[in-house]
Amino acid sequence: MSERLSVFKTYKLFVGGKFPRSESGRVYEVTDSKGNWLANAPLSSRKDGRDAVVAARKAFSAWSGATAYNRGQILYRVAEMLEGRRDQFVAEVADAEGLSKAKAAAQVDAAIDRWVWYAGWTDKIAQIAGGTNPVAGPFFNVSSPEPTGVVAVVAPQASSFLGLVSVIAPVIAAGNTVVVVASEKAPLPALSLGEVLATSDVPGGVVNILSGRAAEIMPSLAAHQDVNAIDLAGAGAELATELEAAAADNLKRVLRPQAVDWVAAPGTGRLMAFLETKTVWHPTGSLGAGGSSY
Amino acid sequence: MADVTASDGALRRFLHGLPGVDPVGLEGRAAALGTRSIKTTAKAYAIDLAISMIDLTTLEGADTPGKVRALCAKALNPDPTDRTTPRTAAICVYPDMVATAAEAVRGSDVKVASVATAFPAGRAALPVKLADTKDAVAAGADEVDMVIDRGAFLAGRYLKVFEEIKAVKAACRREDGTAARLKVIFETGELSTYDNIRRASWLGMLAGADFIKTSTGKVAVNATPANTLLMLEAVRDFHALTGVQVGVKPAGGIRTTKDALKFLVLVNETVGEEWLTNEWFRFGASSLLNDLLMQRQKLSTGRYSGPDYVTVD
Amino acid sequence: MASLFEYAPAPESRAVVDIAPSYGLFIDGEFREASDGRVFKTVSPSTEEVLSEVAQATEADVDAAVKAARKAFETWSALPGSERAKYLFRIARIIQERSRELAVLETLDNGKPIKETRDADLPLVAAHFFYYAGWADKLEHAGFGPNPRPLGVAGQVIPWNFPLLMLAWKIAPALAAGNTVVLKPAETTPLSALFFADICRQAGLPKGVVNILTGDGSTGAALVAHEGIAKVAFTGSTAVGKAIARTVAGTDKKLTLELGGKGANIVFDDAPIDQAVEGIVHGIFFNQGQVCCAGSRLLVQESIQDELLDALKRRMSTLRVGDPLDKNTDVGAINSAEQLARITELADSGTAEGAERWAPACELPSSGYWFAPTLFTNVTQAHRIAREEIFGPVLSVLTFRTPAEAVAKANNSQYGLSAGIWTEKGSRMLAVASKLRAGVVWANTFNKFDPTSPFGGYKESGFGREGGRHGLEAYLDV
Repeated sequence: MSERLSVFKTYKLFVGGKFPRSESGRVYEVTDSKGNWLANAPLSSRKDGRDAVVAARKAFSAWSGATAYNRGQILYRVAEMLEGRRDQFVAEVADAEGLSKAKAAAQVDAAIDRWVWYAGWTDKIAQIAGGTNPVAGPFFNVSSPEPTGVVAVVAPQASSFLGLVSVIAPVIAAGNTVVVVASEKAPLPALSLGEVLATSDVPGGVVNILSGRAAEIMPSLAAHQDVNAIDLAGAGAELATELEAAAADNLKRVLRPQAVDWVAAPGTGRLMAFLETKTVWHPTGSLGAGGSSY
Repeated sequence: MADVTASDGALRRFLHGLPGVDPVGLEGRAAALGTRSIKTTAKAYAIDLAISMIDLTTLEGADTPGKVRALCAKALNPDPTDRTTPRTAAICVYPDMVATAAEAVRGSDVKVASVATAFPAGRAALPVKLADTKDAVAAGADEVDMVIDRGAFLAGRYLKVFEEIKAVKAACRREDGTAARLKVIFETGELSTYDNIRRASWLGMLAGADFIKTSTGKVAVNATPANTLLMLEAVRDFHALTGVQVGVKPAGGIRTTKDALKFLVLVNETVGEEWLTNEWFRFGASSLLNDLLMQRQKLSTGRYSGPDYVTVD
Repeated sequence: MASLFEYAPAPESRAVVDIAPSYGLFIDGEFREASDGRVFKTVSPSTEEVLSEVAQATEADVDAAVKAARKAFETWSALPGSERAKYLFRIARIIQERSRELAVLETLDNGKPIKETRDADLPLVAAHFFYYAGWADKLEHAGFGPNPRPLGVAGQVIPWNFPLLMLAWKIAPALAAGNTVVLKPAETTPLSALFFADICRQAGLPKGVVNILTGDGSTGAALVAHEGIAKVAFTGSTAVGKAIARTVAGTDKKLTLELGGKGANIVFDDAPIDQAVEGIVHGIFFNQGQVCCAGSRLLVQESIQDELLDALKRRMSTLRVGDPLDKNTDVGAINSAEQLARITELADSGTAEGAERWAPACELPSSGYWFAPTLFTNVTQAHRIAREEIFGPVLSVLTFRTPAEAVAKANNSQYGLSAGIWTEKGSRMLAVASKLRAGVVWANTFNKFDPTSPFGGYKESGFGREGGRHGLEAYLDV
């Protein structure tokens, strides 16, 4: 009896909750660390980037307006769904990064735990980033963090899955929506993550995943007037400089690339990077018209 | 405007439909106007204007005809050393002192004002309040300073307050068809909130008040720049809506020239010069006069004056 | 408007301030001439009188100042926080002591009314130093980790609208966090920063911790481009802010920008009308409207438009425009001929584009730079005066019908610095506040500032916050 011929998966982009091919019709060959063909991934164009921004903007109002508790529930649901597909991601990460099964499993486990970490942050970040301010006058004054908006992210190149999760989870935990360009060389775990997100109650458009060349897609995203921030985590120095300069056109918030150990505890830096502080004043005044009650 | 007073419900809806007052903003505006610097010629003008706007007041249980006559003499001739000093607008006394006061100021333009309607608490039956009013008018009062029923107001019985003011207004009429001018005292310190003060102001004006007045001087919080500013805004808006001009009288707690000038700035920058006359703005005060006189002497002589150079009455 | 009650002139005395005929650059604790000896004049905008001559700093001067600051950083950052705190407390106290002198100076150099420098600018300047002084030895409690470190030398460029207050917003948190600074005041308002140098001397501040470079835009450009600085803080126009963002791209320099705005002041039909009118007036005519967070767009609910505009015009008619040193002046001079030209050009575009222009009758002085408080009605979102920052006493009035429309119009701007909401309904206030894309929302008040309160914008109004605990972050390695 001959061995059964397996069914290949066609890897597609994840945009607006749907799985389109690149509008350009282009694909590129993705190989494992030994050069063996794994799949053809969509080679996204600038227009795919633009479509993703439209989807992300459309999703922003409802996602940023959802309760923090609700966002936490949804992020935790992502962890639950990933847990169930753990073996698939271990295999994909092992192939993508040339890791042993055990090392790949550690990466996937850390990524699942990272969703749990950020799921717990959604309803706490406002309490540590905001608060009331004791102004010298009869006013109630409160500062609270709000999401910046649409964030375009260059995912880490080497850490194809844990790195990816580590950059998108904080962005959406804070209430932003995201367009992420996956690791160019190892995009498959990212594209598979889209399938998990689609079944995790994450509203369409909150996370949009593109594969292809960051150097091709990102410049137009960095210059896009409807993108509010960029995370250059996976951009090389030269590209990062070019993107940061382009981002100045509408004064995007820029998180520069830095050396990060993705396994280490992440802290709150990436959450804080894509928050705006809004401060609201309102008179308190006196209880009576005596003018001396405060 | 007749329909808004057709029923308790209509009146309530109208008064509660007035724009709200933000206390911090109101007090901030009053304080900002309080920083105006009134110097030299402006100060001289304002001091004389303030003197001419005083309702020189004595409202004590210990008042006697002698005390009232002395105060009248002061009103007629505030500074014996300077005959160019203006007279005060009026003398303000209890009803039983009206005859004495009227006699003392007869032939001058100094008016006699009388508090009435069971001043200061206003806790008496309407017939008693009306008798109190008629008694004062009959004795020669040119002006009646009535108090509203704050209890009724705070209980939301606006129509009762309205009808009472109207009745007192009617009691101010003399047989010859003329009438004493009616000042309606809200006792703003008891109304407590600025929203209430705005509502009371409109209520009083709708009922026919010739003047709206802050307070009796008998409670902890009397006239303040903020509550007076609010009442000036009310008379301004009432005038714009109905064409009827109503005066304002802050009373109680205004003791210094500096205070008085701040109130005149409020008048000047809120309602303007139409109200810059004792026909439409008064100060209910007693010790204020001597401070104004001392400041006036300082302006004319260049020296600071002292309490021994003004009369104590 | 002639009145029975004319306020006699009440000028604040100039005698409290002694302006030298010329000033050098303050580098390493000493005043020195520019390396090429060039100077420029600073004038009083209300009279065009030349007040003094100041040095035009060159690239070599920038280099010297940054080197001095770098050298001072080693010892300043190593000082116990409690010692840095005491220097800042000293500075706060000296500012309080010299506040009348500084208020008069600021009014002379800027053109703003003495009432404002005396009652707003100077008290806030002192309060800002007092507030950040207290942080200097408490940084590990600020929520930025257990061992927050200073960055190094901060290059700071500030505008002319609140010269000394913007200096305080920049220098106080920088020094508290252990940084040293090179600060460039605006070209048209250099004097109060130079007086501040003298305050640093009186406070015994170590040499090089604060360096003041006067000059034009080229000095600022050289400063932000200098390799020796670790932090750039800029307050000014959005165009310059973008240029700075490009300059620092690809470097390790930390950047905060506080830029332009086109604040919407939204008045609902249940607003406390008299206070709303005050808030509108304060929102756009405070500091001649030369305020980045000015409420320059009035969004009024259609149902109360007529009533509100009548009240607003009546109130505008009582504004006293004139001599900034007169204690009763409400609206002073425009800061420069250049700014006056920009305001004039934009206001003229409003007329040309079909908006209806109104200003109260007011006599403007014959010398100096003046612009009457102005109101435009029949303005639409498409008009330049509804979109571009005018930075002057010009209010554009637009209408809306529903809260959702108000929010949509308010947010329809490249900017996102400030907004105002006037309503007596608490739930509406909170709902609208949460939907506005603006860094500071004043509800039933406007243009209030406090050192504890973070200030800064969304979108093209910049990034980073100044004031409060949040303001420390810009000066710490977190």
